[in-house]
Amino acid sequence: MDKNFAARRRRDLVIAAVLAALAALAPLFVKDVYVQNILILTLMYAALSQSWNILSGYCGQISLGHALYFGIGAYTTELLFTKFGVLPWFGMLGGGVIAALIAMGLGYPFFRLRGHYFVIATIVIAEIGLLLFQNWEWAGAAMGITIPVRGDSWLKFQFMRSKLPYFYFALVLCCLAWFVTWWLEDSKWGFWWRAVKDNPEAAESLGVVVFNSKMGAAAVSAFLVAIGGAFYAQFLAYIDPESVMGFQFSLLMALPAVLGGIGTLWGPVLGAAILIPMTELTRSYIGGSGRGVDLIVYGTLIVLISLALPQGLVSLFSRAKSKGATR
Amino acid sequence: MTALLETRGVWQRFGGLVANSDVSISVGRGEIVGLIGPNGAGKSTLFNLIAGVLPPTQGTIWFDGEDVTKMPAAERCQRGVGRTFQVVKSFETMTVIDNVIVGALVRNTVMREARRKAHEVLEFTGLAARADVRASDLVPAEKRRLEVARALATEPKLLLLDEVLTGLTPTEAQTGVALVRKVRDAGITVLMVEHVMEIVMPLVDRAIVLDLGKVLVEGKPTEVVRDPKVISAYLGDRHAVSA
Repeated sequence: MDKNFAARRRRDLVIAAVLAALAALAPLFVKDVYVQNILILTLMYAALSQSWNILSGYCGQISLGHALYFGIGAYTTELLFTKFGVLPWFGMLGGGVIAALIAMGLGYPFFRLRGHYFVIATIVIAEIGLLLFQNWEWAGAAMGITIPVRGDSWLKFQFMRSKLPYFYFALVLCCLAWFVTWWLEDSKWGFWWRAVKDNPEAAESLGVVVFNSKMGAAAVSAFLVAIGGAFYAQFLAYIDPESVMGFQFSLLMALPAVLGGIGTLWGPVLGAAILIPMTELTRSYIGGSGRGVDLIVYGTLIVLISLALPQGLVSLFSRAKSKGATR
Repeated sequence: MTALLETRGVWQRFGGLVANSDVSISVGRGEIVGLIGPNGAGKSTLFNLIAGVLPPTQGTIWFDGEDVTKMPAAERCQRGVGRTFQVVKSFETMTVIDNVIVGALVRNTVMREARRKAHEVLEFTGLAARADVRASDLVPAEKRRLEVARALATEPKLLLLDEVLTGLTPTEAQTGVALVRKVRDAGITVLMVEHVMEIVMPLVDRAIVLDLGKVLVEGKPTEVVRDPKVISAYLGDRHAVSA
């Protein structure tokens, strides 16, 4: 049994390595900038959803306010860069740390709330964050911040001529978020989180400090999401509150994980790989008429998938597997 | 040598309701003690006070020579108090082995050791064949067993069993009894709340009867069952007279 378990973990790692290698080769075949753009967004949302999944999937604390951490990552990076000339790489890390601290600060009162009340609190806090940034003059208020062009360089993480550097960074970020999840899944924290999600009272009786586990999950989750926000800001080269902190980001982090399989290692990646291209394609082929047909089609597809596979898309694979092997 | 567990003058009030009034009990090392009494006697409340789910309104609780009255449940588990729940609380989305690993992580920080410990406990409790099954797919008797396994994985000094034998078929109950004996033989003290007198009485070394939140009688099981006060608490005064 232990051998099975170790083999499964190794197999996951191998599959991930192969997928990452294939993805890294994709730009050799994909020259179209529009498609490259979709690939970048898909990788970014896979990474974000994977990070969201740590707190909401594994630990069971459903957050619909992760746009806040995304925005904090973006704003910290750009404010430090435009006001103090700090390189985006440091801003990125700084944004991650600030987001993690804020997540824990917010967790202190909010982790006492359960279920829907917690979800509502996360939505409200993210909206407050959005309003604050819309009115904060020093941070550009509703006008936002335009990132000054200083020429293509890895040092300043800025590229105007090609999208490929962004693609590779998004790929690395996606791999990082996946690997962190993979590693945490078979750690004390991973077990504690799942126990907290399933039954906090029983977890407490088994020596799990429920509150601390939630705080840990929130910090890791917010840190990674903020890194994603910093990336997105550099990628857009312009940010304003609505474009990095809007509610749609909270949704787009949750949806891939929910669709792919919440609280699973592969769910977010799988969900993002289907959802994000679908979003972009429906928008560009049937959107734009002003009648919202794209959203109707998009919404219908989500509903159909959720109805057919309530456990998420990953259940397609586990079902096939359970017929063959023991697990 | 001091008792492993002691409650001193413990009171618990919920608004106007007094669930425990001035309860002082002690459990010695290596004993199997039964905590019995009719419905609403305050057994479960006392149990939760000992496990640390909530602090008592008044009085103190001592475990292994230490005042644990204000200690939260997780910390008490680290000190060596393991428990099961009357209404089973399995981690439903996790496999049986993963359920037990959560408990094993209290004393094993390295995953491999926690996993090994968990397998050991599954062997001990007779659940080894079900290790890779999801907890939600277990039958009720197995879920009870999993509760015990999980608690045992924390390597407790004191195991609190909350009605683990209730609602089982006679055969299942007998295997349950055998498991409790095995636990005690492994050097773990057991305090069990039970409803079904005929199963518990042959098993326990000592019985404590609670009624209306107070300790009614305490002693050897054979004596306790014959005590008129106990009979009247369970069946009413008419039966006590005829006994």
